[in-house]
Amino acid sequence: MSDPILSIRGLYKAYDQNLVLRNINLDVAEHEVICLIGASGCGKSTLLRCINLLEEVNAGAIVLDGMPISSDAPNLNRIRQRVGMVFQSFNLFPHMTVIDNVTLAPRKVLGVKRSEAESAGLALLDRFGLVDKAREYPDRLSGGQQQRVAIIRALALQPQVLLLDEVTSALDPEMVGEVLEIIAELKHLGMTMLLATHQMAFARQIADRVAFLDAGVILEIGSPEEIFTNPREPRTRQFLERIIGAEPGGALPVTATH
Amino acid sequence: MSALPPPAQALNDAQIAEMLTPQAMWRDPALVRSALIALLSSIVVFGGLAWLISGTEGWESVQRSFFNWEHFRASFPKIWDGFKLNIKIFMIAEPIILGIGLLLAVIRASRGPALFPLRAFAVVYTDLFRGAPVLLVILTLGFGVPALRIDGIPNTPLVWGTVAIILSSSAYQAETFRAGIGTVHGSQRAAARALGLSSTQAMRYVVLPQAIRRVIPPTLSGFVGLQKETALISVLGPLEATRQAQIYGSLHFNYTSYVVAGLLFISITIPLARFTDYLLNRSEERRSMGGAV
Ligand SMILES: Nc1ncnc2c1ncn2[C@@H]1O[C@H](COP(=O)(O)OP(=O)(O)OP(=O)(O)O)[C@@H](O)[C@H]1O
Ligand SMILES: [Mg+2]
Repeated sequence: MSDPILSIRGLYKAYDQNLVLRNINLDVAEHEVICLIGASGCGKSTLLRCINLLEEVNAGAIVLDGMPISSDAPNLNRIRQRVGMVFQSFNLFPHMTVIDNVTLAPRKVLGVKRSEAESAGLALLDRFGLVDKAREYPDRLSGGQQQRVAIIRALALQPQVLLLDEVTSALDPEMVGEVLEIIAELKHLGMTMLLATHQMAFARQIADRVAFLDAGVILEIGSPEEIFTNPREPRTRQFLERIIGAEPGGALPVTATH
Repeated sequence: MSALPPPAQALNDAQIAEMLTPQAMWRDPALVRSALIALLSSIVVFGGLAWLISGTEGWESVQRSFFNWEHFRASFPKIWDGFKLNIKIFMIAEPIILGIGLLLAVIRASRGPALFPLRAFAVVYTDLFRGAPVLLVILTLGFGVPALRIDGIPNTPLVWGTVAIILSSSAYQAETFRAGIGTVHGSQRAAARALGLSSTQAMRYVVLPQAIRRVIPPTLSGFVGLQKETALISVLGPLEATRQAQIYGSLHFNYTSYVVAGLLFISITIPLARFTDYLLNRSEERRSMGGAV
C-alpha cells in the first residue's frame, strides 16, 4: 500500500481546560473518502479545523504528503492552500462576485494571472453547472448554489485533500441533493476527502471508510458496511439507532450482531 | 363567519399590462393627497412662525442688523473668498484623515505580539485626540508650534491649525473604521485564512472592503462635521469665511455677514447630510430585504 496522503498521530486539542480531541490517529490514503460521524459536540468540526491549521493543537502531529505541518510553520499559507476547507455556513465573500470568490486565492496566494485564474475558474463553474452565475453576487444565489460555489472556490486551489464540514446542514432539504451530487462527482474524479456529516445514507453511499467520533475519541473506524450494519461498539449502535430513527426515509438496516 | 366575496374574474392581458406600467406620481391620488397635506401644513407652520416673529417688537432692528440686503451684497465677495479657504482645508484634510483613520483601525485590529507597541500607540493616539476639545488642540498647535521657530518646517498657523483638525478627526474616524471591522463576522476571516490568504491579505481583500462599505454613512457625517470645524481655525487668524464675516461685522456694525457665512456652510453641509440619509435608507432597505453587505 502506498503512503497515506494525510496522517494524524496522537492529536490532542483542548479549549482552555476542556479536552475536545483525545489521541486522534488517522491515516487517509490518496483518493480515499472518509466520513466523520458522531453526536453534536463530539469534535468533528474541531478535528477538521485542526487539520486545516485554523486551530493550534496541544499535542500530536499532522503529516501531509510526507511533511509534518503545524500552525506555526513559516509557510503556513502554502500548506493551507493544499488542504481545502468548506464550511457549513458557506462563508462566501458577499462583496465579491462568484468568479471573484473563486479566483481570489489562486491570484493572491498562488500568484496566477487574473486572466488565467478567470478562465480556470469559469471552466470549474461550467463543469458544475454554475457558469451562468459567474458575475452574480452571492446573495442572489440559492443556498445550494452558494454551497456549490464554496466547494468550487476550494477546488480552484487544486488542494490535495478537501475537508467538508457538514456542508448540507444549513440547506433546505430540496437543495441538499445538488450539493451531495457534487461531492459524489468529486469522489469519482479521485479527490481525497474528509467529511463531517449527519447524512447517514449519504455517508454510507460515498464513504470508503466511516469514523465514529465519540467525546473526542475515534471510537471505531471501518467500512460503511461494518459501521452501519455491524458496529463493534455499543455506543456506535446507540448513536446510529438514535439518528436513523430520527431520519425519515433514511432507515438503514442496523441489525443485531450475527 | 363573514362570507368571502365571490372569486374575481382574472385580469386580461391589457389590464395586467396597465397594472404593471409605472404610474406618473401626479396620477396617484394617494401620493397627490399626501403631497398637498405636506405643503399645506408647511405653509401654516412656517407662515405662522414668520408672522409671529415679524410681529415682535425687536424684529425691525434684528432685520436691519442680520438680514440686510445691502450688507449681504457688500460682504459676500470677501466671505466667498474666505470660504474657498475652508473648502481647501477640507479637501486637504479629509483624505489624510481617512488614511490615518484606516491605518489606526487596522493596527488596532492586528494580532501578534510583535505589533504590540504599534497597537499601544494607536490606543493612546485615539484616546488623546478624541478626548481633547478640538479648539484646545487647534490653539495649542496653531500658536505653540510656530512659536518654537523650528527650522525646516512650515510655521504658519494655518498649517498647524489644519494639522490639529486632522489629528482630532482622524481619531474619530479610526473608531468608525474599527466599529466597521468589528461587524464583519469572524467566519469571513476564517474562510479567507482557510484559502491560504495571509492575515494581511484577509484584512485587505475580505474584511476591509466589507467594513468600509458599512461605515460610509457615519463617515459622511464626519465630512459634515469637518466642514464645520474648519471654521474653528479662524481663532488662529487665517482669513477663512468666519474670520472674514467677523471682520466685516466689526467694521460695519452689522451682522449680516455672519448670515452669509452661515448660508455658505449650510449650502455644502445640507446636501451632504441628505446624501448620507439617502445612503442610510438604501442600506436599511437592503437589510430588510435580507441582502448581505
Ligand atoms: N472556539 C471554541 N471555543 C471553546 N470551545 C469550543 C470552540 N469550538 C468548539 N468548542 C467545543 O468543542 C467541542 C466540540 O465542538 P465541535 O464543533 O468540534 O463539535 P461537532 O462534532 O462539530 O458538533 P456539531 O455536529 O454540532 O457540529 C464542543 O464541546 C464545543 O463546545
Ligand atoms: Mg460541527
